[in-house]
Amino acid sequence: MIEAKNVNFYYHTFHALKDINMQIEDNSVTALIGPSGCGKSTFLRLFNRMNDEIDGAKLTGECLINNENIYHKSVQVDLLRKNVGMVFQKPNPFPKSILENVAYGLRVNGINNKQLIEEKVKESLTAAALWNEVKDKLHKSAFELSGGQQQRLCIARALAVSPSILLMDEPASALDPISTAKIEELIFELKQRYTIIIVTHNMQQAARVSDKTGFFMYGELVEHSETKKMFLAPDKTETQNYITGRFG
Amino acid sequence: MIISKKTKEQIAFAIFRILGIITLGVLIWILGFICFNGISVMSWDFIFSYPEEGMTSGGIFPAIVGTLYLVLGSIIIAFPLGVMSAIYTVEYAKNNWVTKLIRIMTNNLASIPSIVFGLFGMTLFVNTLAFGDSIIAGSLTLSLLILPVVIRTTEEALKAVPNTYRTGSMALGANKIQTIKRIILPTAFPNIITGLVLSIGRVSGETAPILFTVVAYFLPKLPSSIFDQVMALPYHLYVLATSGTDIEKSRPVAYGTALVLIIIVLLMNTVAGVIKNQFQKNKK
Amino acid sequence: MNKVLEKFVESLLKMSSAVTGITVLLIIIFLFKEGLGLFKSSTVEKGYTLVVNTQNPVNRLTSVEIKEIFDSEIENWKDVGGSNDDIRIFRFDEIFTMYSDEELGDGYSLLPQKLGEIIQSDSTIIAFLPLKYVPKNMSGIKELKTDIISISDFFLGTTWLPTATPSALFGILPLIVGTLLVSFIAIIIAIPFGVGVAIYLSEIASEKVRKVMKPAIELLAGIPSVVYGFFGLVVVAPIVQKVGGLTLGETAFTGSLILAIMALPTIITISEDALRNTPKAMRDASYALGANRWQTIYKVVIPYASSGISAAIILGIGRAIGETMAVLMVTGNAAVMPHSLFESVRTIPATIAAELGEAPGGGTHYQSLFLLGCVLFLITLIISIISEKISGRKIIKE
Repeated sequence: MIEAKNVNFYYHTFHALKDINMQIEDNSVTALIGPSGCGKSTFLRLFNRMNDEIDGAKLTGECLINNENIYHKSVQVDLLRKNVGMVFQKPNPFPKSILENVAYGLRVNGINNKQLIEEKVKESLTAAALWNEVKDKLHKSAFELSGGQQQRLCIARALAVSPSILLMDEPASALDPISTAKIEELIFELKQRYTIIIVTHNMQQAARVSDKTGFFMYGELVEHSETKKMFLAPDKTETQNYITGRFG
Repeated sequence: MIISKKTKEQIAFAIFRILGIITLGVLIWILGFICFNGISVMSWDFIFSYPEEGMTSGGIFPAIVGTLYLVLGSIIIAFPLGVMSAIYTVEYAKNNWVTKLIRIMTNNLASIPSIVFGLFGMTLFVNTLAFGDSIIAGSLTLSLLILPVVIRTTEEALKAVPNTYRTGSMALGANKIQTIKRIILPTAFPNIITGLVLSIGRVSGETAPILFTVVAYFLPKLPSSIFDQVMALPYHLYVLATSGTDIEKSRPVAYGTALVLIIIVLLMNTVAGVIKNQFQKNKK
Repeated sequence: MNKVLEKFVESLLKMSSAVTGITVLLIIIFLFKEGLGLFKSSTVEKGYTLVVNTQNPVNRLTSVEIKEIFDSEIENWKDVGGSNDDIRIFRFDEIFTMYSDEELGDGYSLLPQKLGEIIQSDSTIIAFLPLKYVPKNMSGIKELKTDIISISDFFLGTTWLPTATPSALFGILPLIVGTLLVSFIAIIIAIPFGVGVAIYLSEIASEKVRKVMKPAIELLAGIPSVVYGFFGLVVVAPIVQKVGGLTLGETAFTGSLILAIMALPTIITISEDALRNTPKAMRDASYALGANRWQTIYKVVIPYASSGISAAIILGIGRAIGETMAVLMVTGNAAVMPHSLFESVRTIPATIAAELGEAPGGGTHYQSLFLLGCVLFLITLIISIISEKISGRKIIKE
């Protein structure tokens, strides 16, 4: 289970997240929606500590994964990130072969056994629904793939290190509708085995893929409930306004 | 008479075109002159034999070897230092006064005239550290001269690596060193090497910094240790052109030496161009 | 374990990035340490002194007076504040024509005595002697006081005679004037070509032409300065000589021509970058108002890039001022105040390059060359700061 307790987050003096409390169940898909700059991406990046790299960032409160505060001193960031995979807005394969892209996470975590790597690569590519398309060109550059394929490659890359959680930061916003459909289908498959949090601008997408939805505005979590309920009968007027397009 | 807009444009463009042609013409004139006069003495013998008869005939082998040593020496010192320095400023340093100071210092170092490096090398390396006139003193002096070049090209190469590679790698649990070693350096490598190759061209032509730190007018044998003096191509050309035993008689050797220097620069520029092209092709 | 390694690597990288700063500091320390020693030195050559008879009312001579006395330009003591008597110059070597080695005793033990006697006997004499042979505790003779080299002697003196005896002159004004003259004329020649070619490349030339010109300009930047100097010496100087009807082709103008060519790549590359950075939207706006390409270039693009172009020109000046070998080879190297462009001059870097090899370490000549290095360092530093300030202005504008 993932949990945020009284989370406040600042960039220098800018108060980016205000008193967020949220619980996310295992093997579910949670969509985070809200207008640009509302803090949803910042919130997402708290869970693999990608905000650590930012100058002037400050966090109060607790972020828990399985009841363990991931910001505790004893937590090793690299192990955390291995457990919490991330997929970015734009596909960002490395300038390496398809195989080496997927193997990268294994290699930096000290796995060098060739057979093990090949097995893992195949498994991950299969899980990312890409294996059939690339199995004959594993040694070709990742840049030869189409945008949608590249994004699925990035998903495979994240899966290869056996995470239990997947963070997706607008994973389909740079893709065409067909590729987007494929990614959404994949998310549906993946939730059997992973807990997924997805940030999206696209409300239909949130409605299609998620079990629960959190609506953020001005750094606050306005509403967090079952997706169906959120889109059909939201509790708050702000949510209603946003969903119906009167805001943002 | 009112000159029309169109005519004005044509006149202006014609002037710029002529300026371009003249500039190109000057380059061709210089290169052509040196090549035309130097080609007649150019032979394997010229490159691989020692000067004879007060340097009015024979070859320039010791000068070529000396320049080679100086290039090697200065690159060995400046390249790792410059690359590490650039990695620090681009990948580690936060954007604060430390980075600013480093940048200002690098810019200042780049603007210092080469003869000042010569003076400095002489007091620090030759006298204070008591290396004497030696390959090591000359190489150290030259390495300081090209350090800003290496730093700048490497910085630019590193900055050209998309940020998404860094975040992508971090998100997979790689630490900073792994990210730099496995992703950033391999990606930036061709551009870094281009800078290296160009600085080789620069080092092989520099005279002022080596005047008082390493170079000798004439040496009958090759150096046997890094504490020996060497001859060097650019200084050899200077000596032959201005103060040789018989300036008129040593002219052909001077042309040949100039041609060798030009060939080195041409070669380095070509290699750098090829690496860059290859890289751009791969990127597509 | 991993953490320790990371920290270690980071501090290693940090240290290497400190090297440039340390180098600049060391350059400043070493150059100024050697150079500023000059202002503590006497104008009279180290280890020597000037001795006169006690009856002579003159107690002190300036370095210029000493030089003129020994060059026989001043021949009477009244010109330097003494009695109306002709000056008799006594050089140390003369003693060996007056006495045999035996008379001077074992290891020249009697030499100071004999020298003293000579000076005692003549109230118009001025003797230039090594300190160790100056007679001690002898009545009737006195050492002349001489000046310490002053800052104004150095910067405002118009004569550069660093090896003159007994009193060297370290006036660097002719060298500064020579340096500035050669560099500024070079830049004036280079500006139309540099900026013109930059405009041509960024605005007018086709992709094909660019593909030829860009590497050509890189090559121009890569040619070593000795090769330029050599070319200037064997090609340009004779042309200047013939066209100008001069006795010598190695003049300030020849240096300027060569420096102009050498400064071109700097000016072209930086100006072209500045021109290319003009936003497309700005050009489009100009075209949309009916301006043609040339109007757009000189009314929109050039004004937009002007700070970049100025920075390029100033950097070009910096380059020219610091250039050593080429200038050394083609300007003729006469360290005198230039009166016209078609005379020999000598620049600061050329002076250092030409003289340091012969200046004995630690002596005043050596120190003066280091001080010249300091001057050069400061000039180029100021220029680089100015150019940075100018090109920095653009960022604010954006």
